[in-house]
Amino acid sequence: MSESNGSDRKFKWVGTRPIRHDGVDKVTGRANYGADFDLPGMLHACMLRSPHAHARILRIDTSKALALEGVKAVITSDDIPELALTDASGPTNFSDLSRNVLARDKVLYHGHAVAAVAATSTRIAQEALALIEVEYEPLPHVLDLRAAMAPDAPILHDHMRTKGVDPTPDKASNIAAKMELSRGDVDQARAYADIIIEREFETATVHQGDIEPHACVAQTNEDGQTTVWASSQGHFMIRAYSARLLQLDISQIKVIPMEIGGGFGGKTTVYLEPIAIVLSRKTGRPVKAVMTRDEVFRATGPAPATLINVKFGANRDGKVVAAKCKLVYEAGAFPGSPVTAGAMCILAPFDLDHFLIEGYDVVVNKPKTAAYRAPGAPPAAFAAETVIDEIAHELEIDPLDLRRNNAVSKGSQAAYGPKFSDIGLLETLDALRAHPHYSAPLGENQGRGFAVGFWFNAGMQSSAEVKLNEDGTAIVIEGCPDIGGSRASMAIMAAEELGIDVYKVRPVVADTETVGINDTTGGSRVTFATGMAVIEASQEVVKQCCQRAASVWDIDPTDVIWQDGCAVATGDGAKKLEKEDKLVPMPIAEIAAGAARTGGPITGKASLNARGAGPAFAVHLVDVEVDRDTGKVEIVRYTTIQDAGRAIHPAYVEGQMQGGAAQGIGWALNEEYVYDADGVLANPGFLDYRMPVALDLPMIDTVIVEVPNPRHPYGVRGVGEVPIVPPIPAIANAIHDAIGIRMRKLPMSPPNVLAELVRASGGA
Amino acid sequence: MARKTHVQTTINGEQTEFLCHPHQSLSEVLRDELHMTGTKEGCTTGDCGACSVLLDGRLVCGCLVLAIEAEDTEITTIEGMASGEKLHPLQQKFLEHAALQCGICTPGFLIAAKALLEHNPDPTEHEVRYWLSGNLCRCTGYDKIVAAVLDAAQSMGGDTR
Amino acid sequence: MATVILPARFNEWTGGADQVVVDARDVRQLIRALDERFPGLGERLRDGVAIAIDGEIINDPLFEPIEPDSEVHFLPAISGG
Repeated sequence: MSESNGSDRKFKWVGTRPIRHDGVDKVTGRANYGADFDLPGMLHACMLRSPHAHARILRIDTSKALALEGVKAVITSDDIPELALTDASGPTNFSDLSRNVLARDKVLYHGHAVAAVAATSTRIAQEALALIEVEYEPLPHVLDLRAAMAPDAPILHDHMRTKGVDPTPDKASNIAAKMELSRGDVDQARAYADIIIEREFETATVHQGDIEPHACVAQTNEDGQTTVWASSQGHFMIRAYSARLLQLDISQIKVIPMEIGGGFGGKTTVYLEPIAIVLSRKTGRPVKAVMTRDEVFRATGPAPATLINVKFGANRDGKVVAAKCKLVYEAGAFPGSPVTAGAMCILAPFDLDHFLIEGYDVVVNKPKTAAYRAPGAPPAAFAAETVIDEIAHELEIDPLDLRRNNAVSKGSQAAYGPKFSDIGLLETLDALRAHPHYSAPLGENQGRGFAVGFWFNAGMQSSAEVKLNEDGTAIVIEGCPDIGGSRASMAIMAAEELGIDVYKVRPVVADTETVGINDTTGGSRVTFATGMAVIEASQEVVKQCCQRAASVWDIDPTDVIWQDGCAVATGDGAKKLEKEDKLVPMPIAEIAAGAARTGGPITGKASLNARGAGPAFAVHLVDVEVDRDTGKVEIVRYTTIQDAGRAIHPAYVEGQMQGGAAQGIGWALNEEYVYDADGVLANPGFLDYRMPVALDLPMIDTVIVEVPNPRHPYGVRGVGEVPIVPPIPAIANAIHDAIGIRMRKLPMSPPNVLAELVRASGGA
Repeated sequence: MARKTHVQTTINGEQTEFLCHPHQSLSEVLRDELHMTGTKEGCTTGDCGACSVLLDGRLVCGCLVLAIEAEDTEITTIEGMASGEKLHPLQQKFLEHAALQCGICTPGFLIAAKALLEHNPDPTEHEVRYWLSGNLCRCTGYDKIVAAVLDAAQSMGGDTR
Repeated sequence: MATVILPARFNEWTGGADQVVVDARDVRQLIRALDERFPGLGERLRDGVAIAIDGEIINDPLFEPIEPDSEVHFLPAISGG
């Protein structure tokens, strides 16, 4: 098996910063996002949403709405197939998804979709919503994790029995599943611990906060053939999920990807698309559905609130010898929180032989959670990385020395099972120590903290095609929505293989009928896995080019190599050509121009299920200043250090590091869902759901460490998700350094920090 | 439904007429009636700045202006920022600095930054951050946006048109 | 013979065995062999599962080769955001 990770290769384009190919469209307003697309005769859809956090639907009467001038169709869950409760594939339960798209029998959260209207204008559709009569029987609701797990809690799903418990309980519960991960013997290992610290952490429900609200247009023909224009992280996912929910053939649906205005995991499932398809089928007209910001907050993918208990035992050198962790994550209204990922992550950066991790997936009357950048990992890191910092302080050991002493490296067995191959945690920690920020002086009321983040990164399925144009320029066709500059990375990789200028490569994100299946843009997988497909497809083009040149030269194809965009004869072939006085390289443009005569168009294709995504590690270093009068925490200086394996386009790698840090800072300091006593979300807008603005942040320094991933031809490992993992604990550790207080509850907002300051000073 | 009102205005230097309902916002009319979808909508409550446009040179959220208020005004949108085949220096610097990821907030940031430089041709980092705090970006952490605006200011040397 | 590490969540089928040695050249053979030894386990290993072969994770594989000295872990499939 050849494992060339490019560590000895001299690159021409990899590692450079060309202007992204879709850039001009995006700075001129020409790029079309989900809501930017219209069709003639198009109708507009609006959703009726539940005013209750939990209620039985007794009756829905849509007749008055239907009678309104301009209203063309009204649908409820009666208009979509009822799926078996067990209809699932992997972690996705399609019965739950169907019931989330349109509530059936019960509404499970405030904002849960109940009915949809298609009308000639949004205004009329909104008026029609008020005319739909729904009779509810309100039920007691539960929002809090502890309350949801209590024996007398209101039950969301009467059929639900806790999975992963032996024997299966005979009583319904809000605990959807219990999972366990263990190694060694924790109780025995505790005997070797000189210090044991056990702490409880609590984090709030937060939202991805993608700036573009979910949007789509659907057009269904009389023969059932459907086209959907949608902004999502995966148009193949939109197609597969819509077909499954509506029980259509996948070939009946074509999805055309629009530009996506942010996702962060929040656009990895369907909300509007199946509804728009059904409305279009009913009316015979195209239907557009666009969420309001309020709907995005109330009804799409928050990331879960969590309760985490961590107990670490360490010897006097600060080496952790045993750990026990209990993670409780809210799933929202349907099972499927990222607790499994959280449990697999929480101890992953620690070299540790004895541990027990328990995870609980708990349903509550909130929207179904969706993936959010390294799903489940940030709260887990908050707990583990704060406790390890506390151990360092208790033992009076330099926190970085102690952290390094506990770090995993090549050959360490990850807590989630396998042994790590080449990973860059030690290298990032060493880069941290070497950074001037680490030893810079601090001001009054300022403190410094750091923390480690880990994320698995995903491989999964990708397909790409590289087509050589008649003049030697090339088109790269792939199918992963470009959420942060990945077209440029694809073009760089193709240019590198083909040996042509990066601007002579045109990257295209194609629809579901134009390119082979691509899994969703997520899991930090696109530059790794889709990049791998682009490299393979480019290599196929190169191979064909070499063969064509060999035919023209009448030499053996094995005597032709590819160099700087030219076929070059070597060995016996070169000797033959030299004799004929024809030994000159054949440029790609010449091969492309002659393709008709030498065998027809030259294209390369690759489809793969990528193995060996390299795990990502990041270390963040932050200085904060705490205002003791208000509790406000100011980010004074911020440095991110991350192993990228190989940075294909360093500017966009830095962008991921900075953007992830900013999201993590928001999660740490301000963001939270606030509910009132009736289970109504009180802050479903950007004014009250307070995401960081430019003034909240300093410049975010970046250091890219490159420990090549042996499984990628250039050494790439995913970079997108891990930067959201370290900020919360790094900031918590910095706050402790500044004011001597350990924050264990999110957000670390002015009122929460002030309350701790008051408590610490003996106040009420 | 009420009859539509006729509005005469100037958009990106061009005389423009449109019909609108009294409840329609400027961003709604730009997008839905005039098909100028470069102006984005992220919230329609004036919190995200994606719909930033200039109204008689003043930076406003298009979603908070009624379309009928556009009568006899001059409006600048993202579609009017480049001239011919030449990008505005801010657009060019955004590209060079990789100051956009998903790009949905980019038109709003560019319009807001243009207004800033017209108002203050040589801003400090703090002034850039303060001015751009009405625009939300969830992808970049603002670092490269701020750098691009500072670089553009320098390259324009006070010529802020 | 490849070494397979079985997580505790499969105890119901494995009777608590956490590590077994299996003769298999690819993932399909491995799952068949495990199913013969622990009837019913095969079904659990076919859908929505990721496998780490010598530390390299792959989602839903079937024909992925396994070397004689490979170490194989079954993990929940994690896709990410």
